[in-house]
Amino acid sequence: MSRAGSTRVHLYGWLLLAPAAILLIAFTHYPTGATLVHSVFSEGTALRPSTFVGLENYGFMMGDEVFWRVVGNNFWFAVGTIPASIALALLMAVWVNGRLPARGLVRMAYFTPTILPMIAVANIWLFFYSPDIGLIDQVLRLFGASGHNWLGDPDTVLGCIIIMTIWKESGFFMIFYLAALQSLPPELEEAAKLEGAKRWYIFRRITFPLLMPTTLFVLINATINSFKLVDHLFILTKGGPDNASSLLLYYIYEVAFSFFEEAYAATLTAVLLAVLAVISIGQFAILDKRIHYR
Amino acid sequence: MFDCLKRTLGASLLAGALALGFASGAWAKVELTMYYPVAVGGPLTKIVDGLVADFMKENPDIDVKAIYSGNYNDARIKALAALKSGKPAQLSVMFSIDIYELIEQDAIVAFDDIVETPEEKAWLKKFYPALMENGITGGKTWGIPFQRSTIVMYYNKDAFRDAGLDPEKPPATWGELAEMGKKLVKKDAANRVERWGVMIPSTGYPYWMFGALAMQNDQVLMNSAGNETFFDAPGTVGALEFWLDLGKTHKIMPQGTIEWGTLRQNFLEQKTAIMWHSTGNLTVVKKKAGFDFGVAMLPASKRRGTPTGGGNFYIFKQTTPEERKAAMKLIRFLTQPERTAEWSMKTGYLATRPDAYETPALMDYVSKFPPAAVARDQLKYATAELSTYQTGRVRKLLDDAIQAALTGAKSPNEALSAAQKQADRLLKRYR
Repeated sequence: MSRAGSTRVHLYGWLLLAPAAILLIAFTHYPTGATLVHSVFSEGTALRPSTFVGLENYGFMMGDEVFWRVVGNNFWFAVGTIPASIALALLMAVWVNGRLPARGLVRMAYFTPTILPMIAVANIWLFFYSPDIGLIDQVLRLFGASGHNWLGDPDTVLGCIIIMTIWKESGFFMIFYLAALQSLPPELEEAAKLEGAKRWYIFRRITFPLLMPTTLFVLINATINSFKLVDHLFILTKGGPDNASSLLLYYIYEVAFSFFEEAYAATLTAVLLAVLAVISIGQFAILDKRIHYR
Repeated sequence: MFDCLKRTLGASLLAGALALGFASGAWAKVELTMYYPVAVGGPLTKIVDGLVADFMKENPDIDVKAIYSGNYNDARIKALAALKSGKPAQLSVMFSIDIYELIEQDAIVAFDDIVETPEEKAWLKKFYPALMENGITGGKTWGIPFQRSTIVMYYNKDAFRDAGLDPEKPPATWGELAEMGKKLVKKDAANRVERWGVMIPSTGYPYWMFGALAMQNDQVLMNSAGNETFFDAPGTVGALEFWLDLGKTHKIMPQGTIEWGTLRQNFLEQKTAIMWHSTGNLTVVKKKAGFDFGVAMLPASKRRGTPTGGGNFYIFKQTTPEERKAAMKLIRFLTQPERTAEWSMKTGYLATRPDAYETPALMDYVSKFPPAAVARDQLKYATAELSTYQTGRVRKLLDDAIQAALTGAKSPNEALSAAQKQADRLLKRYR
């Protein structure tokens, strides 16, 4: 190939890459870099320009009680939502993949929470959870329990938010499992049945391993979501009472837009990015080896 | 469809050409952009649009773009972002307590530096002094009251009759509140509470409700320079102890925190006989209550008291003299007694100046609906809303302390002392 021809091929390639690359650089990579830079500068006001302070913001963060509280909350939120929503999604997918009457309707019903905006969902659940007048208390009342202040009690508020999130998320993950289930070749299951394998055995040794690529994908999504879903907090609790339901990203929002401390918000964002990067790399590195891709 | 598109395109081209042609012309229109927030439900945007349209009819040389921009927080973020992007608004309605933040960002001008004529100077003095408190610091006026409120006590007169209490005598002291509250609590056969005595919301804006309790205990929460708080003063601690006791000792309020957003519904469904809430809810409660309700001033401990709340007009620094003049015209128009009266009747917000309550329309309204006057009568006991430098952080410290005490995580004294220590650390450099 001639020199000019090779240049043209390169140019062609770069041109094809350009739209995606420009968008990614402008809206992902540049902001990430800018965040890291901001996090080592002090907060500037009109009267006090910002200066380089090294790791001072990170030092402040280590001593920030609220930060540790939201990190702890976020950990329990992740532990509470990820396995439960994945398990529920798988269960629902297997259920609606089988033969049952009004299958389309059931599938749609399971998927409905996903298409509702989080803010709307939170507004609905706000009234479910509200003491005395809420749905949950009214149902419990039938069984003789007295009203409980679900969102106003630091012991129950995080649990309430976890349950709502599972309800919202699992329908979405179900769709991925359903698609994967339908792409599995039926011969494998038929062959296993001929060998006399039980249903649970088939699921455990054949279906579930074949679904692993989907599980990895869903797992990563669920993990990321457990750090980035905070819309409902604006409606339900505003992180309260006394930060009992605040999550890392919500705290970042508060610091940035309620306290107007951009530098500290950048510091917290850098930590969030680092955590997510470590988790995703870990998941890919460890689980990828154990997954069978066809 | 296509026709419509063509017409819009044509119009914008024409507008562009006009703008190019006349931008430097002597008879160019002054263009104003104004952000404003809405914090309570109701058709407030329509009312503001109507007022602005009236203004433009009277002042064809001024073009006003009034932009609804979410709640108070959103409005501040939008206005400050516009400022940083170099295309600032000329004036905005923002939270009255944003004043120190805006001064620190060097974003606004004092009205004292804009007013020229003696008449304009007199205008600055026309408003209720309590409403000006949040707008004045360092001897200068930075904010003009617009959508302002106080906290009032809504009570269910039917529930009062049901409990054998006089519906025309709502509790006037903390002692009476606790005592009547006990009578107002209604339980079913299984000893479950069907109706609570009182609810004071403690999410959303806990510091605001708390400002009322502290004031009633004769203690303000901060100084007027905005650089010192009094969170651990005995009066403040006593106020939080009383709030906690309503649930813990007197058992007339649910324990834990009470949601701001659903409280009105609790009251409307008669799950609580009394609620403390913003006057901004008055018109909605009036429309929706299926029972006989009353509105009263908040009760007293050592004195009566409530913080004011709501939004003020601010004029931004990055403005030309013509724009400032036009902005002044607009603000003066919107705060005329008749307009303020109309605004108050349609929303439940306060009319911000005494002479508005002397207009025939509002006098007539008040005589037919006396609750509308409660907030005004309470103004003489009112104080400023919590507002300091670093106001977001300081407010959050107090919010967290209140919620920690109400949920039993810390004692009131412990929680407030810790908050005060941290507030001192934040505010030291402003002294």
